[in-house]
Amino acid sequence: MMSIALPIPPAAPALGLWQRLGVTLYRHPGLQLGLLLGLPLLWFLVVYIGSLATLLVQSFFTFDDFTMEVSRELTLANYQQLLQPANFDVVLRTLSMASAVTLASAVLAFPLAYYMVRYARGWKKGFFYVAVMLPMWASYIVKVYAWTVLLAKDGIVYWAYQHLGLGGVVDWLMTIPLLGGNSLTTSHLGRFAVFTYIWLPFMILPIQAALERVPLGLMQASSDLGASGAQTFRHVILPLAFPGVVAGSIFTFSLTLGDYIIPQIIGPSGLFIGSMVYTMQGSIGNMPLAAAFTVVPVVIIALYLTGARKLGAFDAL
Amino acid sequence: MSIAVQFQQVSRHYDSVRAVDDISLDIAEGEFFSMLGPSGSGKTTSLRLIAGFEQPSSGSLRIFGQEAAGLPPNLRAVNTVFQDYALFPHMNVLDNVAYGLMLKGVTKSERHRRAEEMLEMVKLGQYGSRRPSALSGGQRQRVALARALILQPRVLLLDEPLGALDLKLREQMQTELKTLQRQLGITFVFVTHDQGEAMSMSDRVAVFNKGRIEQVAAPQVLYNQPATAFVADFVGAANVFDGELASTLVGHAQSFAVRPERIRPAGQLADDDVVRVPGKLLDIQYLGAVSRYEVEVSGHKVVSMVLPNENGNATAPAEIGAALTLAWPSHAMLPLAG
Repeated sequence: MMSIALPIPPAAPALGLWQRLGVTLYRHPGLQLGLLLGLPLLWFLVVYIGSLATLLVQSFFTFDDFTMEVSRELTLANYQQLLQPANFDVVLRTLSMASAVTLASAVLAFPLAYYMVRYARGWKKGFFYVAVMLPMWASYIVKVYAWTVLLAKDGIVYWAYQHLGLGGVVDWLMTIPLLGGNSLTTSHLGRFAVFTYIWLPFMILPIQAALERVPLGLMQASSDLGASGAQTFRHVILPLAFPGVVAGSIFTFSLTLGDYIIPQIIGPSGLFIGSMVYTMQGSIGNMPLAAAFTVVPVVIIALYLTGARKLGAFDAL
Repeated sequence: MSIAVQFQQVSRHYDSVRAVDDISLDIAEGEFFSMLGPSGSGKTTSLRLIAGFEQPSSGSLRIFGQEAAGLPPNLRAVNTVFQDYALFPHMNVLDNVAYGLMLKGVTKSERHRRAEEMLEMVKLGQYGSRRPSALSGGQRQRVALARALILQPRVLLLDEPLGALDLKLREQMQTELKTLQRQLGITFVFVTHDQGEAMSMSDRVAVFNKGRIEQVAAPQVLYNQPATAFVADFVGAANVFDGELASTLVGHAQSFAVRPERIRPAGQLADDDVVRVPGKLLDIQYLGAVSRYEVEVSGHKVVSMVLPNENGNATAPAEIGAALTLAWPSHAMLPLAG
């Protein structure tokens, strides 16, 4: 048997200034929350919500075509203008492009994200993270202009297709209405490819994060109960990762809806919502119509989210 | 009786780690069979080999005579109750239970009717419309059981299913599982690290250690005739005396074990055929019905002795720190192989 003597600790010392501050915060959780949230919440309310509200109000202001001046008289004329064929075409064109880009991004992103989560280990995992994010570090404008060179008639894409004997296929694709154009650079297809290229990382990362939270055990349970790989995907993986797909699609969808640079540089003529807003407020000064155009994506995304929620996309959250 | 699951020299290696190392084992149909061992002993890997989540690196694994190596889990006639239950969080309880039938294309009304029946069986009839997250651990456990049993498997695999439950609930579920197994008459393969659990429920127990099987036997045989020091120590409490200490104490080099409850203070045992060992009392632990006495013998070996408490009162045979001679009948010594 051993006997051990421990030194007796001295009486508790008086609290320092920081410790007293800590005690005050500990006793007043409300104060703590206020310190934590006050500034960011103010910033959020004024800069984000406030500007959106201003935008909404402006979309009801009156624009005088002759004097080119905005008056604060409230009107629905801007929204009626949206429905005019020329303007409605802009909305439809942007909307269909945004849908196509979102769909393609999801189809491309899911397998990649799945591989990153389930199979990539060690340096491979790191490599994929960096590889997905790396393109986002480069300048957006540089990337888009680079694509004009790549897609040009004497560019590397045509060169590659010609050498693969697929030149005819590209020429045939260019004759299809709604897809084609004079060359890839001036076609909807080319614009679609560049949009998908630019926004794909914004789809991969949320899906990857969602898949990361699907326990492997659930997939094993599914297959244990008799599910084939496809059935497990359909009934377990997809429903559980769907919030990630929705999150990613909000990025790709709204980023495409609001973009005004790619439509100017790649693809056929014809305005997008973004370029329309740019023209309306920049060259013409018709802020109310620009505001009305800006409300369109907000409404569409809101409808999209409501629909997704109705379909149960967020049940797994 | 036919053989439900048969391991023939099965190994499972991960790089250089032998998770399961050359195991041969027959599990009979209708048996409650437990795989017992500490963590990392290979018991769970063996279960996952049967389920199909792991493939053997070598050897043959047969389920009802059919070679299972290479078959994916969905093509095996076994179902699993997982340690963490693995209930689908985006489905309600009823759809969780009906999942296997849905995959088979059973109509919605039919599979829901049968799922209701299964929920009745596990006494959760009212809970079909709830989400798994709204259930307690014990209820999730029952849902997992119902979900696995609805497919009427001939072998049910249970991977430490009671590990997350508190003691009372665990004991209750042990009784229910045993009753259920008897009613259904199907083979249960039950993985646990809790020797008491394995002993109380099983027809036979395989004791795993370091990827190998130390002994396969009925609980009573494991307790009374442990094949190795590991089994003696792991199944119930045991004082293991290795060869060197054995020669010092009893004069032969054969390792042996003595259960704590077989040891008495020397004065309480008659003289004939008794081994006596002098020692020093180190500590007394009061455990209610019994008390455990830690006694140091031969200078360094700590031996446990368990004595019943008369009327719930511990009557110490000596003061802590005082000399105490222990004794046990020679036939209480369990000879050990390794």
